[in-house]
This record gives sequence, structure tokens and C-alpha cells, in this order.
Amino acid sequence: MSDVVEKTLTALPSLLSLDSQSGAGKLSSTSKLGGLIRSITELTSKHEEEKLINRELAAIKEQVSSPNTSMRQMKEIMVRAIYCEMLGYEASFSYIHAIKLAQQGSAIEKRVGYLAVSLFLNESHDLLLLLVNTVLKDLQSTNLIEVCMALTVVSQLFPKDMIPAILPLVEEKLTNPKEIIRRKAVLALHKFYLIAPNQVQHIHSKFRKALCDKDPGVMTASLHIYLQLIKENPDSYKDLTGSFVAILRQVVGGKLPVDFNYHNVPAPWLQIQLLRILSLLGKDDQSTSELMYEVLDESLRRAEMNHNITYAILYECVKAIYTIYPKSELLEKAAKCIGNFVVSPKINLKYLGLKALTYVVQQDASLALQHQMTIIECLDHSDSIIKRETLEVLFRITNVKNVAVIVEKMLDFLKLCNDDYTIIDLVGKVAELAEKYSPNNEWFIQTMNVVFSLGGELMHPDIPNNFLRLLAQGFGSEEEEQQQLRVFAVDSYLTLLESDTAHLPQRFLQVISWALGEFSYLKDGLEPCKVTKLLAKLLDERNVTSESRSWILSAMAKLSAGPGAAALALQVSERYSSSLDTVLRQQALELLHLSQDPELHARVLPHGAAWDSFEVDSSLSFLDSFVSEALSQGAAPYKAPHQRQEELRQEKALSLEPYSISLPVSLSSCSITDRQSPTLLSMSSSLSGNSNELKAGSSTLKLEGVKRVWGKEGYLHQQDAVEEAAQVEEAATPALPLSPQQGGAESQQTHGDLTVVEQEKQKLASSLFVGLGSQNSTFLMGKSDSTSQQFRRKTRAADSTSSGVSERSSSSSHSSCSDFLHNNLLEDSQNSLNTQKIGVSNGTHEGPVTQSFQTANGIPEEDGEELGNPLPVIVDSDVASIGTETSKETSPFLDAGMVLVQPCSPQTELRDFVQPGSSGITQTSLRSQFPPELSQLPHSDISLLSSDHSLSLSACRAYRDDALLFVIILSNCSQSSTNGLSVQLDCKQLKVASLRGNALENLPAHSMSVCWYALLMEEPHTQVTVAGSVSYRAVPGHTQTLQFTDKLFLTDFIRPLTLSTEEYGKLWLSFSQDVRQNLKLIQGEGDPLRATLSALKEQLQLHIVDIIGSEGIVACRLLPDSPCLLHCRIHGGSLAVWLRSPLLSLPDCLLYYCQKTLEEC
Amino acid sequence: MIKAILIFNNHGKPRLIRFYQYFAEDMQQQIIRETFHLVSKRDDNVCNFLEGGSLIGGSDYKLIYRHYATLYFVFCVDSSESELGILDLIQKMYEKVCLSLQVFVETLDKCFENVCELDLIFHMDKVHYILQEVVMGGMVLETNMNEIVAQVELQNRMEKSEGGLSAAPARAVSAVKNMNLPEIPRNINIGDINIKVPSLSPF
Repeated sequence: MSDVVEKTLTALPSLLSLDSQSGAGKLSSTSKLGGLIRSITELTSKHEEEKLINRELAAIKEQVSSPNTSMRQMKEIMVRAIYCEMLGYEASFSYIHAIKLAQQGSAIEKRVGYLAVSLFLNESHDLLLLLVNTVLKDLQSTNLIEVCMALTVVSQLFPKDMIPAILPLVEEKLTNPKEIIRRKAVLALHKFYLIAPNQVQHIHSKFRKALCDKDPGVMTASLHIYLQLIKENPDSYKDLTGSFVAILRQVVGGKLPVDFNYHNVPAPWLQIQLLRILSLLGKDDQSTSELMYEVLDESLRRAEMNHNITYAILYECVKAIYTIYPKSELLEKAAKCIGNFVVSPKINLKYLGLKALTYVVQQDASLALQHQMTIIECLDHSDSIIKRETLEVLFRITNVKNVAVIVEKMLDFLKLCNDDYTIIDLVGKVAELAEKYSPNNEWFIQTMNVVFSLGGELMHPDIPNNFLRLLAQGFGSEEEEQQQLRVFAVDSYLTLLESDTAHLPQRFLQVISWALGEFSYLKDGLEPCKVTKLLAKLLDERNVTSESRSWILSAMAKLSAGPGAAALALQVSERYSSSLDTVLRQQALELLHLSQDPELHARVLPHGAAWDSFEVDSSLSFLDSFVSEALSQGAAPYKAPHQRQEELRQEKALSLEPYSISLPVSLSSCSITDRQSPTLLSMSSSLSGNSNELKAGSSTLKLEGVKRVWGKEGYLHQQDAVEEAAQVEEAATPALPLSPQQGGAESQQTHGDLTVVEQEKQKLASSLFVGLGSQNSTFLMGKSDSTSQQFRRKTRAADSTSSGVSERSSSSSHSSCSDFLHNNLLEDSQNSLNTQKIGVSNGTHEGPVTQSFQTANGIPEEDGEELGNPLPVIVDSDVASIGTETSKETSPFLDAGMVLVQPCSPQTELRDFVQPGSSGITQTSLRSQFPPELSQLPHSDISLLSSDHSLSLSACRAYRDDALLFVIILSNCSQSSTNGLSVQLDCKQLKVASLRGNALENLPAHSMSVCWYALLMEEPHTQVTVAGSVSYRAVPGHTQTLQFTDKLFLTDFIRPLTLSTEEYGKLWLSFSQDVRQNLKLIQGEGDPLRATLSALKEQLQLHIVDIIGSEGIVACRLLPDSPCLLHCRIHGGSLAVWLRSPLLSLPDCLLYYCQKTLEEC
Repeated sequence: MIKAILIFNNHGKPRLIRFYQYFAEDMQQQIIRETFHLVSKRDDNVCNFLEGGSLIGGSDYKLIYRHYATLYFVFCVDSSESELGILDLIQKMYEKVCLSLQVFVETLDKCFENVCELDLIFHMDKVHYILQEVVMGGMVLETNMNEIVAQVELQNRMEKSEGGLSAAPARAVSAVKNMNLPEIPRNINIGDINIKVPSLSPF
């Protein structure tokens, strides 16, 4: 036994003898908890329970605060407190005692203390900071059990800010001889990675060691980290595929000790996890997938025993096989597996089978055909979960031919369903199907009517919005058909309104009133008066909300032109002009005016006007005179909400001051820094925690307001993206040969003596699975194709569904008409934002290259002369003298003495560089191609991006003061000239501020041209990938594209921020949140602080503002203009750094590079 | 990831609650109530998976449960967990809890299938410890069975020795000396996994 355990053993007797009043205490305590539980079970009412628990809590409170309570009694009390909390009664007074117990108790008491802490507190709880010291102490303990407990609690919850304090200790545990400690340490690091990924980035090599650990437990634990890492970035871990495959092969082959077996299956959960990892790695990657075919096959083969857990493995296997690059042999086996699942009598397996079907049916529709009878049976299954899963499968195989049957089935289910979540989900799906595959207008309107009445208030606001948009803007089909749809809608709504309207949901009422208001004029012989009457009747109904009333009123406003309607409108407006609701009152007045002035009405609300024909003065310039008048009379100027917020926050930041006064620090030596930062470790941490808390409070408040408008929208947007991705994936996967299975239904029919029920099922089957046969398979595969889509919205409507819609749903105050105007407005700005990505004309385009580049709003116009009218500047080997005025601009910056040392290893660059096609071209020859304005800038080495037989692309980064220039050098290495060259660059995370120099339209043989992009990083990322393509024609009429990607780092976008000490001080105080981290000090000759800071300065382009004694202040900015301030102070043997920045994630990212730089030094 | 583990009885009384994601106290109670409501109305012959319910995480959230005698064991998980895997994990955990409770209450002849509800609450803390070994921070851990049983036994002995017959110290020492320390997987050789540890790229 190890010496650690020996020490534990020797410590134990003394530990036990301390608690000598044992026996009696224990007995009574057990009976106390027991008594409590028993008496609760005897109670009959909630009220009595409440009384009892409150009494209990009072007793506990008294006991914990009494000084005579021993730790052992405390332990028992804690269990009772846990019990009370579990029942939902707050026992917050006991939290602090739980921490105390963890701090002071003996091993067993500690354990209860830690447990109570992990159950009571959450990550952001203030009291958690008090636990840090205890954890620190226990991590250093020689007692195995204490170390385990500390690691356990760390992997459950730990304050993010305090990770640096214990990180070294946890890291050290990775080499502990005991596996349990290593395992728990790995899990603790996993936790750290989840809450603060940047903090553990430097120990990735240790994760690898953990993966290679000789103990399977540790290896398993490390897989959790890898699963997470690979999920985020599969490309970086392809090299580990072989290892994962090897591990899985050994696990499957039974190489693990039998202790890991569960029902004779070796380490099933481990297998599941490995399969997950493999499927992530093999996705869309043929070469990686090839490595794993064999082991997947083996897993399938081995997992044929009949226990639940083997099915779990099988299912995972099947999913993996369908996710990675396909191999027909495996797919066949997987399909068989799914078949077994689906027909299984075990209901859980059936469920999984349906799940798997949903997953694969888009790739392999024949599977659904094979199991059509089972699917039909599942539709009538008694378990509603199974039914829903079946509908999900059907949803995936819907096409134009079977849409009516499937939608009917879904609506049937919906009618019986009373679970909100299911309703929301299904209603959305029905609406989507109806829009996509509707066979005719009448069906569409009727289906949507059912959707609206079933979905009620629950459904996603996008559904009615999209529907109205469809009605309004049409869907690309002929005008006549569109009008027909509108008339259908009007007809059906009139019928609905004439019957009982009490049960109609509000959303539906809004849709109805809007459609009637807009389109009832289309129906011949329909008096507006009649519609108005129906609407007025609605207005009087009691359960109509004021939001719906406002919709109805605006519909009436549109209809009020007619003679009879005007009188009615007058009546209504009189009633509502005294309404308490200001919105209604305003609308009533509008209605009054409009109904009395037909001319105005015709001008404001023209019939059938095109939606985009409205012009809106978005700057509200017609109000200018009003504003200036108000200002001249002494009104305060308008401040935008964010400005007001900012001011408020500043006030708040100021009010924080008194809390930090008590700190005894070198205020004299460093007057400008905030008092919070340089001080004793624990104090400062608790303080900065406080400031975080307060800040978080204020910002969440603000966020809430924002979220209500945009939150749902964002969510939907994501979903769309996912769907799109899925469709892309579907398209990318080569169509699998469909087995000739379309005759499933027919072959069944050969049985002559079918019962009536079965016949019905057959009928259903043939209607459900129509269009899925092999002759139609291509159709199915391409169902995402727009051709099969019945209603195609106009492009503009489609690409901006996100913006205006939620706006409308939230702003009930607008009339629907002005809402649409509003929407259009938003759309336009959205569109202009969308066109940020640089469009460069395609290769087939003749003539000068046109750039459709547009700047988005709000980019600092430093490149003024290029923005707006981007002249294609051509830089060729012959023409290289353009742009001298820019070089003048940048020279002062060079004089400022910025020396750029880029951390890139020349060997690799060179090795990459010497490639076929580009041989003979050297760095210097490339550099000589640079126009003067570039060659004077500091820049990185030139590296080869990509090349093919005729073109080679190289890139380098040039560092201008106001932007990072991404320079692309195109060189033609073939014998003939290329034509129609165009370059396109895309990176969503960066802002492309300008483009200069474009590829030549024609590039003669053996010549080069240069173009460059100015890039800005508005949101901090440690690294971003830019992707782009060059298209050209080597042979006339045949366009080729060359793809390239490159990585840019945060450091590329960091520039020094030159300011004085006073300015620094002011700026520091204006940010309230800081991040703290300990960094390595460079020990060398002279002052370690200076040495460290100048190393950072050189590597990261920071500006050292001042160094006073053992403290230094440093500043930098992230392009374009986000400052980040660093306050460094020598503390112990390390450099404590506080960072502040308006961008919350900037300090974290910057810290990562600081750490890296100092590690390398 | 597992978001929560809920154990409650046939009347919806919580018996053991563990959340791996933060929810406010009243939200927790609401989740328990909704979960009980969803689970309790299901027959025994339907599947053990439940989707829907909007409290924990909307579409990405699933309930996987088992019903033993008077107790429901419910795991709330997101879509990244294997359904059947969790279902068996519940079984595994249940077996383990039974086993250890038998150790605790020392009635080895007790029917294995029938963990008494009361035993579970009486030894709530111990059940929590077992849980910690099986699921940590919401992640399923593949651990070997014996290790956990060994830990439970260790606890049991410590507890008993602490239980303080006067000769406690000496006895405790001997008990702990004999204990089966959790380092069972010795001499395992994952063998030929030849993972090179190349110089890591930074990301």
C-alpha cells in the first residue's frame, strides 16, 4: 500500500478519538432524521407539511448557530437540511455552515460538507469563493480521500475566476500514482474546459497523456474532453482517429479487465462514446472514414447478444455508419439493424428504430418503404410517443403526392394532443409542409385554418407572419393564381366569422382581420360594409385581446372607404376614442379621420399596392423642424438607449468605489489604477467577484429587454441554418442505389384473403408512400430542390424573414399597414448588411471586373477614397507604381517604431512553399511584386495557399495601423494566359473594410498580380479561418475555381494603444469588469517585470504605458478600436495581471496569447 | 449531457434530486412537478422515453425513466446522450444503490427488487456518493462496478468504526487496513495503442 494511505491510517486514530461522545449522539441523530421523515409521511396535507418543515428549519437554524454544536452533529444537521431543500424549502442559512463543515470537519464530515455545498450552491454563488481555500488545502493533503473529495467538488462546481489558483495543483495530480486521483483530475480539467476554455488551452498535451494512460478509467475520463474538443473542431484531431479506432478495437475485443463488463458487454458506455467520437471525425471525410470501417463492422458483429445495452451500442454504430463517408457494405448491415429495431416487439427498441429511420430516411428512402406496414401500425400505436416519432418519419418523406394524407394524419394527432410542446412542434411542421408541397390553393387555406385554430396562442409567431407574407407578396406563381388564393382566403374567413367566433384563437383573429382588410376588395360583389359589420361584431366580443382589437381596427380603417362602412366606422371610432388603451384610442381616431376623408384614404391606403412601392423616410427628416424648435426652447437632446445605458452604468461603476476603500495598497506608487486590483489574492478576488456580480445584474436586465424581441427569432434562425445544413449534407451524400423495393405494397396484395382492416391499411400505405418508389427516388432525393416547392416566396422575402417579423409580433401599437412598411424598411437595412460579403463577378463575365462590394454601416471610413466607389486597382509586374499616397499615410505609423516579429517558423513556410507548380518562385521574387505601399509595411512571410496546374496562390499578412491587410498573390505558372480572373474572400467573423487591387482580368503566362483585403476583427476570436476562392478560365468557356483557406490569429489584429498615464487611468475606471490571471515571469538579467513586459510588447504589439516599481500598465487595442488595458504587478514569483476591456471576451483571448508567448520565452 | 436526475415516489414526493445545470429553487420544484406529471400518467407497457415538456431545454431535452415498485428514477438528458445507454445506466445505478443499501442496512436477505423508499432517504447522502461516481458533472462515467462497491464498503466501515464502540480507533485502523481500496484495475495494458504525442498544434 502506498505511503499516502499509510499516512492516512496513522492519522485516523487520533482523528477518531477526537469525537469521543459517539454512540449516543449518533443514535439520536439518526432518529431525528428518521423521525422527520416518518412524521412527514404520516401527514396528509401540503399545509401540514409546510408547518412541520418550517418548525424543523427553525430548530436546525438554532442548532447550527449554537457554538456547542459539534462537527458530528453538524453533519447530521446538514443531511436534514439537504432533505428540506429537496422538498423545496429554502435553508439558505445553512449554506455557510456547509462550507464550514467542509473546511473543519474530519474526513467523513467533510464529505457531507462537500456534498451539501455541491447541492446547495451554484457556480455563481458568492459563498463559493469561501470554498476555494478549503479546496486548496485538501488538494495538498496527503490523505487520498480528502484529495478525492476536493477533486470531486471541483469537477462539480467551481468559480470561474478562481481557476488559476488551483490549476497547477490539479495539473500536478495528473501524474499521481493512484488512478482514481488521475481520473478525477482529468474530470476536473474537463469542467475547467467547459467553463473557461482559454484557461486550459496550454495543457492540451496533458490531455493526450491522459488518453494514453495505462488505466482505462483515466482514458475514459479523457474521452469526455476529447468529445467536447472534437465537437467544436473536428479538423484538429483527425490525427487521433487511429488511436480511437485502436482503443475501440481493444475494448470490443475484450481486452479490458472484466470489472468493466456490464452484462458481459465490455465497457458499453465507453464504446458508445468512442462511436460518437468516430462519427464526428469521419463526417464528410473519406480518408478518415476508411480507417474506421473495419472496427465499425466488428462492433456490429460483436454486438449481437440480446441485452438492452448491446442494442444501445448497435444503435450508436448505425448512426455512426450513416454519418461518416458511406460504404455500401456497412450501410446494408446497418439497414438490416434498423429493420430489426423497427419490427422488434420491445417498445423501446421500436422507438429507437423509428428514430434511426428518421435519421436515415432522407438518404435512403427505400428503408421507409421496406417498413411501411410497421410504420402504419405505429401510427395507431397506443403510446403517443411512438405515434409522434412515426409522424416525424412521415414528415421526412413527405412529397407533393402524399402531403395531403400525411398532413391529415398529423392534424388528427394534433386534435387529440394536449401537450403544449408537441403542439408547437407539430403545428410548425404542418405549416412547413403545407407551404412547401401544397397541392392546391383551397387545400392550403383550409389546412392553414386548422393550423391556426389548433395552434392557438402557442404556435411560433413566424407561422402567421410567414403566411401573411405569402398572401401579401405572392410566391412567384402567376398573378391570377395568387389572386385566386386571396379570394379563397377571404371566402373561408367570411364563413368562419359568420359562425361562432368565440373559440377562435387571437392569432387567428389577427390573421383573419388583416387578410380581410387587405383583400376583401378582390371578391366581386362583396360590400365592404358587410365585412366591417362582421369585424365590428368581433370587436365587441369580450375575450378579444386589445392586441387583436388593434388589428381589427386597422382592418376597418382599410375598409372604411365604402359608403355604408363609413357610418359604421364612425360608430366604432366613437366608442374606442375614449378607450383607456392609448393604442386603441389612437387607432380609433385614425379610423375616424380616414373614414371621413376618402381622398386621404385613397392616398394612404391604396388598394393592392405593391409592397415594395412604399417609400419611407427612415431618417424622419420631416420632423427636423419640430426637433429644432424643441431644442431651441430648451429641450434636452435625444439620447439613444444604449447611450443612456452607458451613462447609467458609469454611474454604477462610480458607486462601487466605497467598497474598495479599505484596501491597503500602493495607491501612492500607482495612482492611476483602480483600487480593486492590486491587493491580496483572496480579497481582490472576492471584490472583483462582486463587481462582476453587479455588472452582470445590470447587463442581464438590459439583455432581457433585448431578448424578448429577438430571442425567438434567433432561435428560429438557427434552426433554419441547421435544416439548411442537413439539406446540403443530403445533397452532398451521393444517392444510394435504392433497392427495388417499391413493390412493397403490391407484393403484400398478392395475399388474396386480406381482412378488411388490413385492406384499409394497404390503402393507407399506398397513399402514404406514394412517390417513394424507385422510379421516384430521384424526386425524393431532390426534395429540398426548389422546383418541387409549391409556394416559393420571392427571394427578398425569403432572405429576410428574420428581421421584420418578430418586430411586428411584438409591436402591437402599429397598425398592420405601417408594420409592413416597417418591415420593408428593416428588410432593406438587413439586405444591405447581408451584402457585406464581397461579391466578385463570376468568371463568365466579360469586360472589366465589377465589384459588387458594399460597405456595411458603421465601418470607420479610413479608406475614404475607396469606399463607395471601389476602383479596381491593378497591380501587375509592369504596373506597380499606383497608390503612393497611401504609403505616405502609413509611414508615420512605421516611424512610431513598431517592430513586428511574427511567430511563424520559416522552415515550414518554405517547405510548404516549394511545391510543384510554384518551383522557381522564391519569397524574394514574390516580395518584389509588392507595390510600394505594401512593401513598406511590416508583414509576415509569404506562404503558399493553394495551387493547381496553372495558377498558384500565395498570401501574406501586412500590418497596417488601421487594419490587417490580407495580401493574395496570384501567379500564373502555366504556358498560356488565364482570363476572367476573380477573387472572392469570405470570413463571417471578420469585417472586411476594403479591398484594393484586384486580380487582372487577364493574367499572362508567368506573371503575377497582387490584391489585398483590409480586415478588421470586431468580435475577439483567438483565431479565425478565412476561406475564399479564385475563379478563372484557362480554356475559353471553361471556368475553374481554386479554393483556399488560411488562418488568422488574434495577434494579427492587435495594435499598440498609445496613451498617457492619465488617459489610461480614466479609461481603466470606465470599464467595470476585470479578468485576473497569473503569468510566468521571465527571469533574466535586470528587472524581471521589464523583461516580461518587453517580451510581451515585442510579440504581441502592446504599448507599455508606464512602469512604476513592481507594477506596470500596458495598453493595446483590437482593430478597429477596442481597447484592452493590462495592469501587471509582481506577486510572489509570478506576474499578476488584471485586464479590462469593453469586449468581454477580449481579455480571455489576449491572455491566451500572453501565456503562449511567455511559455515560449 | 445529463441535466438532472430525479428520484421520486408514486405520489411525486422527491426522494433524491440532483441537478447538473443551475435552476432556481422554485424552478427545480416546478421541473419535478412537471416531470412527475408527465411520467406518472404513462402505463407500464409504453416506452421509457419521453420527449417534450418545455422546462429544461425545449426540443433538445428528453426524459428517460424507469419505474421500480414505488419509485420513479428519471434522468433528464439532452440529445447527446444515448437513450438505451441511459436506460441501462439507471438499471446499473439502481442495482448499485440496492447493493449498497443492503450493506448499509445489513439486511442481506432483503428482496433485491424492492429497495425500500425509506432506506433510500435515510441514506440519502450515501446514495449521492454513489451517484457521484456514476455520473459526474452530468457526464456518464464508465467505471468498474467493483470499485464503487469497494468505496461503499469503505465508507460503511469508516462509519461503523466511527460509530464509536469505545475501542474504535484500533478497530478502525484494522478495518481500513483490510479495506479494498479503489485501485483495482491494475496491470491493464491498453497495450499497443501507440499514440504518438506530437508537438501539439495550439488548437
